Amino acid sequence: MATAATNWLGQSIERVEDAALLTGRGRFIDDLGVRPGTLYAAILRSPHAHAAIRAIRADAAKALPGVAAVVTGAEVRALSSSLAVGVKAPIECWPIAVDRVRYVGEPVAVAVAADRYLAEDALDLIEVDYEPLPAVIDPLAALDPASPMLHEGLRSNIASDRSFRYGDPERAFAEAARKVSVSVRYPRNSCTPIETYGLVAEYDPSEDAYDVTANFMGPFSLHPVMARALKVPGNRLRLRTPPDSGGSFGVKQGIFPYIVLIGVAARAAGRPVKWIEDRLEHLTASVSATNRVTKLDAAVDADGRIRALAYDQIEDVGAHIRAPEPATLYRMHGNLTGAYDIKNLSVRNRVVLTNKTPTGLNRGFGGPQMYYPLERLVQRIAIELSLDPVEVIRRNLVPAEAFPFETASGGLLDSGDYARAIEGAVVDGGLAELRARRDEARRQGRLYGIGFATVVEPSVSNMGYITTVLSPEERRRAGPKNGAQATATIALDPGGAVSVHVASVPQGQGHRTVAAQIVADALGLDPKNIRVIADFDSARDAWSIASGNYSSRFAAAVGGAVHLAAIRLKTRLARVAATQLNVQPGEIEFASGRVRARGNPDNALPFNRVAATSHWSPGSVPDDAQALRETVFWTAPELTPPTDADEINSSLCHGFIFDFCGVEIDRVTAAVRVDKYVTMHDCGRVLHPAMVAGQITGGFAQALGAALYEEYAYSPDGNFLAGTFADYLLPTTNEVPTPLLLRIETPSPFTPLGAKGVGEGNCMSTPVCIANAVADALGANALDLPLTPSKLAAFVHGKEKDRPSSAGTQAAKGARALHGEGETKVSASPEQVWAMLLDVDTLATIIPGAHAVEKVSDKKFRADVTIGVGPVKGRYRAEIKLSDLDPPRAVSLSGSATGALGFGSGKGRITLSPEGSGTRISYGYDAEIGGKIAAIGGRLLDGAARMIIRQFFAALARRAGRAAQSGFFARIRLLFRRRP
Amino acid sequence: MPRLSADARHRIRARINGRAIEAEAEPRMLLTDFLRHVLGLTGTHIGCEHGVCGACTVEIDGRLARACLTLAPQIEGSEIRTVEGLAPSPDRLSVLQEAFRRHHALQCGFCTAGILVSLDHYLARTPDPSESEIREFLGGHLCRCTGYVPIVAAALNAAKKLREAKPHA
Amino acid sequence: MKPARFDYVRADTLAEAHAVLAAEGENARVIAGGQTLVPMLSMRLARPKVVIDIMHIAPLAKIAEEKDAIRVGAAVRQAELLEWPALAERQPLMAMALPWVGHAQTRSRGTVCGSVAHADPSAEIPLVLLALKGEIELSSRRHKRRVAAEEFFTGLMSTACAENELIDSILIPSRRVGEGFAFREFGRRHGDFAIVACAAVAKGNSVRLGVGGVADRPVARDLLDLDGSALDDALDTLAWDLEARDDLHASASYRRALVRRLGKETIEEARRCRA
Ligand SMILES: Cc1cc2nc3c(=O)[nH]c(=O)nc-3n(C[C@@H](O)[C@H](O)[C@H](O)COP(=O)(O)OP(=O)(O)OC[C@H]3O[C@@H](n4cnc5c(N)ncnc54)[C@H](O)[C@@H]3O)c2cc1C
Ligand code: FES
Ligand code: FES
Repeated sequence: MATAATNWLGQSIERVEDAALLTGRGRFIDDLGVRPGTLYAAILRSPHAHAAIRAIRADAAKALPGVAAVVTGAEVRALSSSLAVGVKAPIECWPIAVDRVRYVGEPVAVAVAADRYLAEDALDLIEVDYEPLPAVIDPLAALDPASPMLHEGLRSNIASDRSFRYGDPERAFAEAARKVSVSVRYPRNSCTPIETYGLVAEYDPSEDAYDVTANFMGPFSLHPVMARALKVPGNRLRLRTPPDSGGSFGVKQGIFPYIVLIGVAARAAGRPVKWIEDRLEHLTASVSATNRVTKLDAAVDADGRIRALAYDQIEDVGAHIRAPEPATLYRMHGNLTGAYDIKNLSVRNRVVLTNKTPTGLNRGFGGPQMYYPLERLVQRIAIELSLDPVEVIRRNLVPAEAFPFETASGGLLDSGDYARAIEGAVVDGGLAELRARRDEARRQGRLYGIGFATVVEPSVSNMGYITTVLSPEERRRAGPKNGAQATATIALDPGGAVSVHVASVPQGQGHRTVAAQIVADALGLDPKNIRVIADFDSARDAWSIASGNYSSRFAAAVGGAVHLAAIRLKTRLARVAATQLNVQPGEIEFASGRVRARGNPDNALPFNRVAATSHWSPGSVPDDAQALRETVFWTAPELTPPTDADEINSSLCHGFIFDFCGVEIDRVTAAVRVDKYVTMHDCGRVLHPAMVAGQITGGFAQALGAALYEEYAYSPDGNFLAGTFADYLLPTTNEVPTPLLLRIETPSPFTPLGAKGVGEGNCMSTPVCIANAVADALGANALDLPLTPSKLAAFVHGKEKDRPSSAGTQAAKGARALHGEGETKVSASPEQVWAMLLDVDTLATIIPGAHAVEKVSDKKFRADVTIGVGPVKGRYRAEIKLSDLDPPRAVSLSGSATGALGFGSGKGRITLSPEGSGTRISYGYDAEIGGKIAAIGGRLLDGAARMIIRQFFAALARRAGRAAQSGFFARIRLLFRRRP
Repeated sequence: MPRLSADARHRIRARINGRAIEAEAEPRMLLTDFLRHVLGLTGTHIGCEHGVCGACTVEIDGRLARACLTLAPQIEGSEIRTVEGLAPSPDRLSVLQEAFRRHHALQCGFCTAGILVSLDHYLARTPDPSESEIREFLGGHLCRCTGYVPIVAAALNAAKKLREAKPHA
Repeated sequence: MKPARFDYVRADTLAEAHAVLAAEGENARVIAGGQTLVPMLSMRLARPKVVIDIMHIAPLAKIAEEKDAIRVGAAVRQAELLEWPALAERQPLMAMALPWVGHAQTRSRGTVCGSVAHADPSAEIPLVLLALKGEIELSSRRHKRRVAAEEFFTGLMSTACAENELIDSILIPSRRVGEGFAFREFGRRHGDFAIVACAAVAKGNSVRLGVGGVADRPVARDLLDLDGSALDDALDTLAWDLEARDDLHASASYRRALVRRLGKETIEEARRCRA
């Protein structure tokens, strides 16, 4: 067994968490029992990107047996207040739509019932009248003052616009040999965990207090935000987390509005309420990383030295500025110059609102969006100056002797030896062989490329960085914000057993194991004998706003606090033992479960005996040596607030990553295959090598997903299109190669154990590394993620030849997402067809699935229809309006249908022209389909729309006497297009 | 068999992990909910409820099945195995589970139950799989934490250990 | 994501299943492997009044060799057909395509006939059945009929199976001397529904090429005696004729490109494999 100190750290010991998880005994949120009488919630969500709510009718739902309550914006508004918003503006942010929906999936009503099945039955019975409003989806469009406004309080869709200037960027650009630029649209995606959100909330009216258990991950700076929204002081919102959580990667921060929402629902229902989010809800509306449009310019010398950078970033936070946004945009502020020594920097940061899901924490938080343009730019510099990309990187690196290095924007890079790390990767990663492989592949006519990425990975966020969004005056008024308190408690029980409590809210990262290793080393114990409790309870645990599982803060900050608490306890125990062993405290050592005199191991006591002393015999222990329980709060002095010049050390630690990879692109399918991937990390001192490796391979796989597969895609109308795991594509074993992991260690001088964060780096480095390789393979410049085969085909296959003339005409692109046209010939005359189109009875027989058609006015019809394709059927309320009547030649039709599965709306023009004794009917339409059906049926949507419209005209043709029976479909030419 | 009416609960009998069970469910209840909330077997997890993630994978009558794509009444008379039935005894892990722990093939452990059931089934029938066979087979499971590298290593190692334990099989 | 209420009938005989179908018509839904139906129930896309489980009807659980065909009953799971020892010999094209249907964990439940009944435009089994000119045997309380695959698939998730009918079995033509086969598919990830799938049967100088994933149903075309640029032109026309659509995963133009390129590869390989 191990003896001396610092023996357990650095070993990949087996995790204490695993036995339970491997045998099905984990305790995730949905595995915990609930109080008798607990009810279950289901949430009705908006099918529209933007609409006014005219009415919500929930009587039928409330009358359903088993349903206890239906909660809407009105109740929520009465029982809570708006969530605080991170910018200074008179706008509100509710956890449920109040009078208006602003994104697809926004909660509109909560049904609370005896079980989830019944709650969903209730949702089916709620009717909502929406009045659709124009939506703004593209962040650039949102800059336009004329774009549809989301929050009138802002007077535009720009929530914040700040410019920063460090050094003398104008001069650097004026003097530089060259300016190199990139423009990037970074897409929306999410590291979505396999476990969705879940929570149980209860309200106690006698104490006006909420008790919530949720798989929330922090930061607990959101605890006061939630308490304020629930209108209780913080000590009346008891927030707990379950012992296990099924991954988070930042995402489970986004549950916090639901804690408020379900808290209110529990209060309204008078019973505990449980809500487990389902996957459709999660993908559609939980939270997303921000999408960002960036223009980045570099002033470059002829030798590739970068003199200045100029960022113009337009950050899209979706429909609300939900706390802690716009933090994504500012987390990287101190390290905007990456791994490079660049003295001059200018930044313009704009935050815009669009009709999309609000954004929040996501692994890499701000890093993917920033490093993508920066490292694409470095590749462009190499290409434009005909230099080797590695050479350009080398020439710009922060030199090893410069640490701690202050960046232009105020970051303090703690430690590193970037050049040595790169050298190690180039040699041990086999860059020369990879280049030979590329040459050989190219000789054979294959598409092969190599990409590089260099990243400084920040960790342990300064809680004050977010205030960089405020002006210095606003900051002065608000009071200083800085630091990042980490906490740990170590307790000794009357048998001398050691327990550790941390508020790090692990999401699968093995915190309990590592905390035990740390304490074991400090106290000379076996980690097996140390019990670590990591489920969180805001009413009992030591915590602060920085607590939680984010910014890779565990090893560096929480682990450090655990270490400090253990050392404090050890110092006290040494004094207790010194009396008992008759030596000076300085001569006491802790090893092998014993406390002994140095140099005389026989003069020893069992650790337990010493550790129990303060319980059984406090009188024999001096007051200041009582050893029962130690709580340490630790924050680093380097985490200062932003200066008046807007300099901010946004993070305490800065790891280093250098990646390179080789990719091949298939000439037939244009699919990217990652042939080899090398990732070199310096994350300071490594506490558990296998866990570090796990963080890297796990982050790498997510980043590969972001690079090639994953996108929270919206149609131009704002309909969400990636609502299932068959649409939002996570990579599987078949897609993820095994990366080569390399490592050097330069311990952080700023953390107690020398450790830095490591969990997020590949989410920053890998997407751009792969994109650089693809660009190298294809000779492409503008490349936006995800790099789907369909996108790359343009480079691989070249431009498509036109449709052969025999194959019919091509329609113009539609203004809406779905567009089509067609024609048919019937034997009835134009006058007869015209009469049919205006006749209720005829319409009833030709509108697909119509139960009843009611003529509201001459030009307006209402119908109850069952529309479907195959087994998919839904009932809709439809409205059809006729306009621009030109009897009997042409008429415009517009209509909409709304039902539980979503909505469809469209406009079309029908033209009748005489042909022989009959009529040629031509039509064209633009349609939009939204809501659940669009989110889950994306792959089949166009086909389904086409089919239903065909049904209408086929029925019309049947009624009007089809002229040419055969070849009817063959002659219909429908062209469906989704705008890029 | 009589028609089970929609709005009543009906008795369902099956054997789960070698034990006879009898419990009630509406026809529409998914097997995931039946296992987890009626029988208390919470080891089977729910990640998507549409068959893609694999967290809910169990064995029904000797074949792998997504519990989320199975209706509770469909298991009447069946033999089911879940993650709770993999370990030889409560205080011991199976060879596969041991390999997972040794290789750090789990982080949050949420996907793990399904992957273990799948691999346990597979290795019993494919004692000497190649890495690419394992990767193809595991394509039916999503793990968001590990990047799969340690999972594949654990599976290969477990296969080897199982072969060594049964040299003449 | 929980289903709306429905009755459940576990049919032990075909007659029982037919009786419910006859009585309930479009309000009844057959459940076979459930790999497609259950998610539709959970998302409440499908809301039948009664679900009829046909997996315990013993006569439907058989794979039988007939004179020129393999008969696969409605209760035969995809994995069972894949494991059937004679498959690769009797019909290599089906053996090539089956591993592309979902994952091992879904093939173990999903049925061969369920995939045909569902008629997803990207599904492999309907495509192969069409390329091979297979047949579908339907039955109802009073009738039994056979429909050629060419007539069976009528559109997006739509087939010739009437409301009171179910698929008893499908007939997969056995390989004939001189035939060569090839199957190629491209999806975003392995195991995903195809963006484009191609199945080719070559005999002599003619080739029958089936394409899935592009039109609203699988489409097969006989390409007689074509080579070189004539073949390219025919594939180009076919690519345009399929009226590809843009969706989340691929543009129409990309789909056409794949039809041309994958189609050609598939044809060439089928020709090489003629035996
Ligand atoms: C993760 C995942 C990936 C998949 N990937 C693919 C893929 O790549 N390719 C692919 O083709 N499929 C794929 N599928 C679907 C496939 O697995 C299904 O098995 C198949 O489509 C339906 O078969 P089933 O037996 O499960 O039918 P069910 O789901 O039971 O039924 C499907 C439909 O057919 C009807 N039906 C079933 N049997 C009959 C019958 N005998 N007579 C009349 N009607 C009947 C049902 O009423 C229902 O409408 C995937 C499924 C999942 C969950
Ligand atoms: S929960 Fe069943 S496969 Fe995802
Ligand atoms: S271990 Fe967390 S999803 Fe696999």
